[in-house]
Amino acid sequence: MATTALTPAATAYRSGLYEWVTTTDHKKIGILYLVNSLIFFFIGGIFALAVRSELAFPGFQLVRDEGLYNQMFTMHGTIMIFLFIIPVLVGFGNYAVPLQIGAPDMAFPRINALSFWMLPLAGILLLSGFVTGGAAAAGWTSYSPLAQDRPLSSQGPGQDLWIAALVLIGTSSILGGINFLVTIFKMRAPGMTMFRMPILVWTVLVTSVLVVLATPVLASALIMLFIDRNYGGHFFDPATGGNAVLWQNVFWFYSHPAVYIMVLPAMGIISEVLPVFSRKPLFGYKAFVFATAGIGALGFSVWAHHMFTTGAVFLPFFSLMTFLIAVPTGVKMFNWVFTLFRGKISLSTPLLFALGFLSMFLIGGINGAFSASVPVDFALHDTYWVVAHLHYVLFGGSVFGMFAGIYYWFPKMTGRMLNEALGKTQFVLMFIGFNLTFFPMHILGLSGMPRRIADYSSSAGWNELNLAATVGGFLIGASMIPFLWNVFLSLRSGKIAGDDPWEANTLEWATTSPPPPYNFDHLPEIRSERPLFDLRHGRTHAAAVLPDPGPAPQPTH
Amino acid sequence: MTADAHALTTTEQSPVAGLAHDTRGGISNPILGMILFICSEVMFFAGLFAAYFNVRANAPEWPPLITGTQEHFRVEMLPLVLPATILLVSSSFTCQLGVNAIRRDDRTGFLRAIAVTLILGVVFLLMQATDYTLLYGEGVTLDAGTFGTTYFTLTGFHGAHVLGGVVMLSVVLYRGMAGQFSSRHHDAVEATSLYWHFVDVVWIVLFSTLYIL
Repeated sequence: MATTALTPAATAYRSGLYEWVTTTDHKKIGILYLVNSLIFFFIGGIFALAVRSELAFPGFQLVRDEGLYNQMFTMHGTIMIFLFIIPVLVGFGNYAVPLQIGAPDMAFPRINALSFWMLPLAGILLLSGFVTGGAAAAGWTSYSPLAQDRPLSSQGPGQDLWIAALVLIGTSSILGGINFLVTIFKMRAPGMTMFRMPILVWTVLVTSVLVVLATPVLASALIMLFIDRNYGGHFFDPATGGNAVLWQNVFWFYSHPAVYIMVLPAMGIISEVLPVFSRKPLFGYKAFVFATAGIGALGFSVWAHHMFTTGAVFLPFFSLMTFLIAVPTGVKMFNWVFTLFRGKISLSTPLLFALGFLSMFLIGGINGAFSASVPVDFALHDTYWVVAHLHYVLFGGSVFGMFAGIYYWFPKMTGRMLNEALGKTQFVLMFIGFNLTFFPMHILGLSGMPRRIADYSSSAGWNELNLAATVGGFLIGASMIPFLWNVFLSLRSGKIAGDDPWEANTLEWATTSPPPPYNFDHLPEIRSERPLFDLRHGRTHAAAVLPDPGPAPQPTH
Repeated sequence: MTADAHALTTTEQSPVAGLAHDTRGGISNPILGMILFICSEVMFFAGLFAAYFNVRANAPEWPPLITGTQEHFRVEMLPLVLPATILLVSSSFTCQLGVNAIRRDDRTGFLRAIAVTLILGVVFLLMQATDYTLLYGEGVTLDAGTFGTTYFTLTGFHGAHVLGGVVMLSVVLYRGMAGQFSSRHHDAVEATSLYWHFVDVVWIVLFSTLYIL
């Protein structure tokens, strides 16, 4: 399936750096997203290790100042959520969605580049708090009055820089979401109907709806906080008629759907990986699609389960909705497990990470369902149980899913295979390290250890479990070494991948690795959600030439 | 035919463009993009309105007392706000007249209507600025209790959106005067007009909430 570049202008020589900075090619922008996000993953990881080192033993060891400790965990949370998990999944979407629907690029390539370049800028703004007298320290949730500009709260520019950075990231997200929606609705190849789209495209579609509708609400919250801090506003100040719980409502109205923004595309990634490595179609394609849409819709009605203990929300409703959202998630578990069932499974690295996702996300879902119950939540609120839960879904879920995606698409992105032995080493180290870090946190939470404390008493009985968690944290850190070494080796002298090393199902494997600018000159016929499977088994004709567009299109207006 | 026009034709005939342009008809990419952007803007204002109603519902009385006096905060519809509202609503009509004109290739009518819309938008902003000055003179300021904070945040962000609309209208007018747009190619006009209608609707809701409700 030879593919050639079509536009002479696109092949004109430019220097490498200039090309990467000015590119509007969705594949290059996708890779920029991935690299940028991984850099912030490592920065956020260093903050996490600093926090864990401080908590390894009772008493102060590494971070001798509680204020600095607060900045550490605030930056860890903010960076991991806003500059790592969300953008890294956008990166996969950017790379794979146009390829998978047979499009030449995103609908708005220049807006795509703009969305990306806001992210490193936002990251610099966020971190510049450290050189202007202290970064934001009110936690990634920035509750009022902690985030207000007053003594014992968040004085100084760090919190304002945090707000500015988040507004930038939010704008980038909204523009990206609109871009994805228009691309998916308008740019699909002939024959690619909505119910023939790969699952990743469906999850990106639902995620983009959440982004477009929820992110602006966060923007309004951030602006209100900014006005409170800088212009004497009274939104969140109860003393002058404002309402501190208002911030929590508006913040979580974004940040709970954001949880699904952070996990749905990862679910999409493993739904691409599982069928390929068990040589079966995804079990229950339509059920999966409706479950995804259901999670998106229900995602808007559960935000107040973060606020049960405020006493200001209607508990039965939000508890019920939270239990209800476990149902579509359970449907997906069945989809995945029955995709594997009786499949011809090959335990390659992408599948290992996908299985890591399945098992860890299951634990994260179950311990989350406990907290949906109001009386249980009253006991567990703001303890390490919650930390365990959120890391099982976001690290055990999204990060394992992300690595599944990296190992799966790396051959397509670079034309070279990653080393299997190093990949499996990374998986084993990460899997053990992850569970060693976060499983003890369940028990710490049950025994009452609160979140966000810099120190604890040696007689509280938390010593051994905290030490175990710290050791596990460093094990996760160590698991990045085989990964980076693997990428380095592979880029230098990896095995040539070829167009379709995995015998996969979706269109991105029908073009060369890496694909040329504008992706395709030929597309196979699309008669199902697995066009390449159909092609391999003679169900459709080989490489139909793109339909002649005929005379120039006549817009209807 | 100029060289540029020729280049455009070849692009439209390339197979890549065949995918990029939707030959199946339907809504065009930029207009769909603008509609989605407006959806997200609706949610932005929803957040601000939620804050307003939350603060108002929690207040013992609304409008609240001015600190240290027995006087209530008050904003007047006349002499400025009601005329400004009428101007903004009429600008939506003139904007739509412009769109209708370019749809039937009436370029003169299009330019005239967009110019009138632009002027109405600028006059609205000037009247709002005057109104702000008057209110500040009377002690209704951004930091004057929850009333001032919510009032200026809501109207201020609406004003910022009007300003954004004015910039977009200026670009459309400039491009129109440079000879662009025809009945076949005027996505920018349609998108700008959608945005202008949205800004208008937000003002109607704001006006009803702040001055009538």
